[in-house]
Amino acid sequence: MFGLKGDWSLDVKERYFTIDNYCGAQPRWCTGCGDLGILTAIHRTCRDAQVLPEKTVAVSGIGCSSRLPHYMKTYGFHGLHGRALPIACGVKSRRPDLDIWVATGDGDCFSIGGCHWIHALRYNMDMTVLVFDNGIYGLTKKQTSPTTPLEFLTNTHPDGVQLPPLNPLTVTLGVNNISFVAQIVDWNVPLMNAVIKAAHDHKGTSFVRIIQRCPVYSEEFSKSIQDDPSRLLLLTHENGIQVDDAVKRMFQNTQEHDPSNIHEARMLAEDASLLPMGLLYHNPDAVRYDELSAVGLGMSVEEKMAGLNTALDHFAI
Amino acid sequence: MTQAENVSDTKYLFKRDETWWVKVAVPRTLREELGYDLRRSLHTHDLEQAREARWAVVEELRAEIEKARQEESEVSADKESKVVDIKAAPPETKKGLQRIDEHIVEIVSDSGEGAQKCGQSFGAISGKMGNGVWTVEIIPAEIQPPPRQPDGASGNRIRFGSKYMTNMGNEADLVVAFNEQVLYSRIANSAYKPGTIVLLENMWADDPFEAIREQYRVAVEQFREMGLIVHELPMQQECLKLVADPRKGKNMFVLGILCHIYSRDTEKALDEISRIFAKKGEAVIKPNHDLFNAGYDFARENVEYRFEVPPYEGAGDKPTVVVNGNTAVGLGVMASGMEMVAMYPITPATSASHYLASDYHLTGGFVHQAEDEIAAIGFAIGASYAGKTACTITSGPGVALKTEMIGLAIMAELPLVIVDVQRGSPSTGLPTKVEQGDLLSSVFGAPGDSPKIVIAAATITECFDFVIMARKLAEDFRTVVLLLTDANLATGVQPIDRPEVNEDWFSAPPDQSVWDKNIPPYDWDEKTGLSERPIPGMRGGEYVLTGLAHNRHAKIAYDSATNQEGADMRSRKLAVVAASLKPPEIHGAAEGDLLIVSWGSTMGAIQEAVDQAIAKGHEVSSVHLRFLSPLEPGLKKIFSAFKRVMTVEINYSDDPDAPLVTDENRRRAQLAQLLRGHTLMDIDCWSAVPGHPLQPGPIEKVIIARLEELKEEASCSA
Repeated sequence: MFGLKGDWSLDVKERYFTIDNYCGAQPRWCTGCGDLGILTAIHRTCRDAQVLPEKTVAVSGIGCSSRLPHYMKTYGFHGLHGRALPIACGVKSRRPDLDIWVATGDGDCFSIGGCHWIHALRYNMDMTVLVFDNGIYGLTKKQTSPTTPLEFLTNTHPDGVQLPPLNPLTVTLGVNNISFVAQIVDWNVPLMNAVIKAAHDHKGTSFVRIIQRCPVYSEEFSKSIQDDPSRLLLLTHENGIQVDDAVKRMFQNTQEHDPSNIHEARMLAEDASLLPMGLLYHNPDAVRYDELSAVGLGMSVEEKMAGLNTALDHFAI
Repeated sequence: MTQAENVSDTKYLFKRDETWWVKVAVPRTLREELGYDLRRSLHTHDLEQAREARWAVVEELRAEIEKARQEESEVSADKESKVVDIKAAPPETKKGLQRIDEHIVEIVSDSGEGAQKCGQSFGAISGKMGNGVWTVEIIPAEIQPPPRQPDGASGNRIRFGSKYMTNMGNEADLVVAFNEQVLYSRIANSAYKPGTIVLLENMWADDPFEAIREQYRVAVEQFREMGLIVHELPMQQECLKLVADPRKGKNMFVLGILCHIYSRDTEKALDEISRIFAKKGEAVIKPNHDLFNAGYDFARENVEYRFEVPPYEGAGDKPTVVVNGNTAVGLGVMASGMEMVAMYPITPATSASHYLASDYHLTGGFVHQAEDEIAAIGFAIGASYAGKTACTITSGPGVALKTEMIGLAIMAELPLVIVDVQRGSPSTGLPTKVEQGDLLSSVFGAPGDSPKIVIAAATITECFDFVIMARKLAEDFRTVVLLLTDANLATGVQPIDRPEVNEDWFSAPPDQSVWDKNIPPYDWDEKTGLSERPIPGMRGGEYVLTGLAHNRHAKIAYDSATNQEGADMRSRKLAVVAASLKPPEIHGAAEGDLLIVSWGSTMGAIQEAVDQAIAKGHEVSSVHLRFLSPLEPGLKKIFSAFKRVMTVEINYSDDPDAPLVTDENRRRAQLAQLLRGHTLMDIDCWSAVPGHPLQPGPIEKVIIARLEELKEEASCSA
């Protein structure tokens, strides 16, 4: 009844989890920070799915977003700058029973972790990857990130950023073997909840770019979008994210988009004037590396001893 | 430059009672008559004058040796027999077998001509016949360098004999070369000596290109001048009788030649050929058998060298496996129960992962080829965190990239095994060649205080055993264990006792029982620093691992007391490891004039050199360290019993006589630095970065030179 395997059902019935069961330490993010809403959406998703806290691992890198594991009452791994994804992949590689969340930021994921980002997408291991993109380095105090808009004033570019920002969606949609790509804004809570739930349900790497408010260092980055809802485009489709009419009415623009259509997804991602909201791409059949890396799990010591003897036989003279 | 020359330029020179003498080694075959070496005084106390004067004397002494050689071959033809060139008439009668204790054989060719396969097969056949064997690959840096280039030499060196072999030995006794150019790089590596027999492909003498014919002619002349005994053999021509393209197949013809020369069992040899071509089927096995037989018959008719190398005592008593150090590491990973190796390709470490990629499934394991070195260790750390202690196999530059992650694993107290197959030089350096340059960076190379366990394998057997030990240490002490091997061990092939598979080696599945909520995730025992670790899946153990300073509850804490406590606890674990170790064994007497201290792959060569020096009446011993962090106990006491203590290592140190170098500013070899700090004793060192393994002969010279210095110092102070 909770979407878990039958053999766990008895245990699940004995334990019912409320949001409190997933809430860790008191968050220390700034007032008005978009991270708080994302955290709540994760807590809600865990509660709705009744995931076992001891089987849940929140992995992060370094930065404001990466404090998230401390605010979960599950297992957590607050790792190194840029390295959340390799660590999360390693956790999953031999533990298919664990439910993995990754919290990372625009600097953590797209800059120092850029190489891992591309490859983790291709590995397509079952995990939910949320990129908290506020277009700035927050924790180290207002340095330019890969998604900082043109002419934005930062401490590393005090005369204004001169390079156009990286488009995380076009990069992501250019990687082979991706399976779930979505984009949301942190201030549309119903859509965010729906997308994060779909991402969590998806078997494979769910990549969600969340355009997120930083009221201290990059207010303009999100405010320009908040103030002009015409810049957002809600994607609708029977195979996409289902939201009710009240949510749809928040958007001036909507478009029917089949999430299996990668070419259309790439065109939508390319258009900088209109930010697509919802599910851009979904392929439930992409190869999952966690299924490959779990090979041989559960082999007994006797079988391993026999296997080692066979291996030694190859070198016997 | 040879290793001995690095000490200072005293080549051929030695000092006795203030007077400089010249000494020239006598080839093994003439030692009965002339002794071990020929010596002559230069009647001068001045080193510069001696350096000037030595060459003429060296020439005279060499002429004496050459004269003796000629007389020897005339007088007793059965001692030093000669090959009759194919152009000359074949010999009427065969000469008798010569019984020898050991020989070093090299097979060198251009890349892709199969010399390595020939060498490996010859090593395996010799192992099957009960010889002690050590095989080393001769590898060019490129995959297919241009043909006939000196630095393109590809092949094998096989040292085999009637004793257990621990190293590649000194100069080769017999070489088979597919062209003359590849021999130049081996000569530059001091691989040969006057008297080394060279069986050389002679097709180049009739090459259509004048330039090649000339190169060949000049080379043969030069080789002969150097004292190599060159026999030109029509290998190509003979192979053409059987195959259209002898580039494929000449190696088996050569294997036949070698098997005749060294009286190898042809049944065993043919079996070995069947085994290596088993996958390709009878259509490939048959022509290779034919080539082998042709080579064997050719040698019987045309090559008069015939040796017998008896098996060593004890050989054949135990089941044996033939492996190189990297394969041993791979097998060790499988035996350790670790189910995950995350790696990124890097020479010379990668072949360990290649091996695992083919056989790891037999023990339920998986090789993850990551997108880079950092991701590889990150992946391993993730698996370790989730209760599946993992391993990452790399080389020095890879370890450098992993440094931040190593610090994380130490800070967060995660078990992790790192294998560093050391290569040469900083930066990209010498990717395929050996060095022991990663010791200090292994022990100290991370920001802050990051204590970890560092161990080094001395033998191929230890490459296997130490991975098993590393996994256990990593888990018991909840820390990083870095295992150092090197390119010498990685590519050295040897028959070793087959490990008896033991149930205790394998790790148990991760604990998934309920965790007592009252126990924090870092419940440090004040005395040992040790604590139990909750593993994801354990209900009640939920905690957030962080690389930030943290308290017992894994909560971020920047206060002074917590940071100090965490650092204390992490370090205390090493004190526990140290307390559990025994002092190292001393090779030789427990007191004397000189003690050689070593670590890693040099043990075999150093002990052989020490034994030779002891046999000549010198008071020298050696001690070999396996644990580098923490160091094994009792070193100060052991060192105190010797007049001088000196490390011998394959890494950089300043020559004490180099310009501007003083005793105060001299940069010493890495173990010497570690030991000086550890013992506060004046530990001397000799080290070099030749890019090839240390050999017993040059080490013995170093030992004797240091002992003479000691005598001199003693007489000065007297």
